[in-house]
Amino acid sequence: MRKIRVVIAKPGLDGHDRGAKVIARALRDAGMEVIYTGLRQTPEQIVTAALQEDADVIGLSILSGAHMHICPKVMELLHQNGLDDVLVLVGGIIPDVDVPKLQALGIDGIFLPGSPMKDIVDFIHQRVQPRAEAL
Amino acid sequence: MMEPASTATTSESGNAERAPSFKTISGRPIKRLYTADDINAIEYERDLGDPGVYPYTRGIHADGYRGKLWTMRQFAGFGTPEETNERYKQLLAAGGTGLSVAFDLPTLMGRDPDHPLALGEVGKCGVSIASLADMERLFDGIPLGAITTSMTINSPAPMIFAMYLVVAEQQGANWATLSGTIQNDILKEFIAQKEYIFPPRPSMRLITDVFGFCAKEVPRWNTISVSGYHIREAGATAAQELAFTLADGIEYAQWGVDAGLDVDRFVPRMSFFFNAHSDFFEEIAKYRAARKIWSRVMRERFGAKDERSWKLRFHAQTAGVSLTAQQPYNNVVRTALQALSAVLGGTNSLHTNSLDEALALPTADAATLALRTQQIIAHETGVTDVVDPLGGSYFVERLTKDMEDEAYAYFETIDRLGGMVAAIEQGFPQREIAESAYRFQQAVERRDQLIVGVNAYQDATDEPMSILYIDDKVAITQQVRLDEVRRRRNGPRLDRALQELRLVAQGGDNTIYPLLECVRAYATVGEMCDALREVWGEWEEVPSI
Repeated sequence: MRKIRVVIAKPGLDGHDRGAKVIARALRDAGMEVIYTGLRQTPEQIVTAALQEDADVIGLSILSGAHMHICPKVMELLHQNGLDDVLVLVGGIIPDVDVPKLQALGIDGIFLPGSPMKDIVDFIHQRVQPRAEAL
Repeated sequence: MMEPASTATTSESGNAERAPSFKTISGRPIKRLYTADDINAIEYERDLGDPGVYPYTRGIHADGYRGKLWTMRQFAGFGTPEETNERYKQLLAAGGTGLSVAFDLPTLMGRDPDHPLALGEVGKCGVSIASLADMERLFDGIPLGAITTSMTINSPAPMIFAMYLVVAEQQGANWATLSGTIQNDILKEFIAQKEYIFPPRPSMRLITDVFGFCAKEVPRWNTISVSGYHIREAGATAAQELAFTLADGIEYAQWGVDAGLDVDRFVPRMSFFFNAHSDFFEEIAKYRAARKIWSRVMRERFGAKDERSWKLRFHAQTAGVSLTAQQPYNNVVRTALQALSAVLGGTNSLHTNSLDEALALPTADAATLALRTQQIIAHETGVTDVVDPLGGSYFVERLTKDMEDEAYAYFETIDRLGGMVAAIEQGFPQREIAESAYRFQQAVERRDQLIVGVNAYQDATDEPMSILYIDDKVAITQQVRLDEVRRRRNGPRLDRALQELRLVAQGGDNTIYPLLECVRAYATVGEMCDALREVWGEWEEVPSI
């Protein structure tokens, strides 16, 4: 079985990467293969990374309030590229009123400030079946 | 509700202690009791001195807060310039004594509101300022000659500062009397907050240009606010915050000297900015150590003769990262205690965070409560009537000394790496901070570090609270205005100004003068930054976990 592959990305202009880096490390310590894209990634770059890395999971870290612009674009591009089965998580500062809107886009996990890393790890393990190693 | 884990051990005296070991929030081990033995290496005159006397450990003012209280400066900005202007007038009417401008991310990153990367970001984290026209609206009816303004802007600091100067000029204020601060601290952007545009070395040149320009033209302006705040928010320990901030300060001073400036002409206008975090005594020790180290470095390493170069003045802001989305009213208490530590540590200026800031930018009511918190400390607690009331505490003096020693150890490493710019290029402070951030998160997960409402004393349901929600009308308004500015300005004058800026950037003259002309020609922040991007290129960080 291959490791679960996760792309952690920071879209938007915001440079506060503490959360993204901490979660990237926590997922790696939990046995996953983590690819951190770095800062200021466009939705196109994120979806390209997910394609190239054959990702099972995409984690988006957004603290600036731009989530209602970025998330629909990422979801649309995933769909266009046939990546509907990739699990998408969002972490950051998301007002309550936006949570149902993000869920309606098909974003499976929304993690607000103070979420334990263990919850995120468990969330992924419950939803992603490790795949056989590609030949 | 969940009780904290109890892992009782027995102390020497036979009493059960709550934990096997005790540490500060930064992971520093601390003893049960501090006595005279812990401070026997400290000499009063050499290491502390009276307040107002070198090395200023006990404060830079002999009379502490008896003469003048700290400046109560609440950071604010959102949406359009008009909305922010209204908030400023409200804060001034409520007894705020200085303004502090928060800019949105496109402005901070040198992008205009209609740039593709600005999508969804206009006016969200601060006010949107694209050109002089926006700056005129931001300060409409606020006399710049009579107040002090702090502007949190870094990579495009020279452009925004030039706009401020032109608005002041329009109001009839003399530059020589203007007072305020621009953050203008690019090193902590590379280290922590990551809002950089140009590579480190041309970025440093812009900063020394501001030093040189202000020494001549705006002598009362604080040219830089060397910031530990963001370094701490990114996960640094208290000692790392102290060490990296002062190492940044040393780097700026060195670049100023290397640019041919006289140390005593620009260092007195350097100011600092620290985080007021939750570990009460550790924070107080940090501020005291900072003053002591800076005075010694300035006097001994830089040979500064003017006492004003030795005195470290600082602003403090309570720790945003300590605020919780859960049980948000608890944040009022956290903020009050953090603010008290900053006051006991002798801060010169203070921002208190609002209770709703783990959720959104603050509402007007939340911002007022945060200001009231400072006023209560100032007028009801009595802590402002005695200078450095904790001076002589065995614990605080020992912690101050330990923090100082740790900072010097980091200075040695950084000097060995070739100074702070070189250390940043090698990723050194970035790695140290990421490591501390991860260790802290692990301590929270293990419940070695308890956070009320988050991993202890949780409530099953949190009452939803009303927050400030910024919609996308701001972006449309700002784009329409930008179009209007572009239509109405004088094209040939603008092109000449931008071309002159490029030429000066390629050469060695001071860039602030051509920037002033660009601003007067209504060049946008994006256009001015693009001109410099063409000359200097852009910085990209290599991503690492």
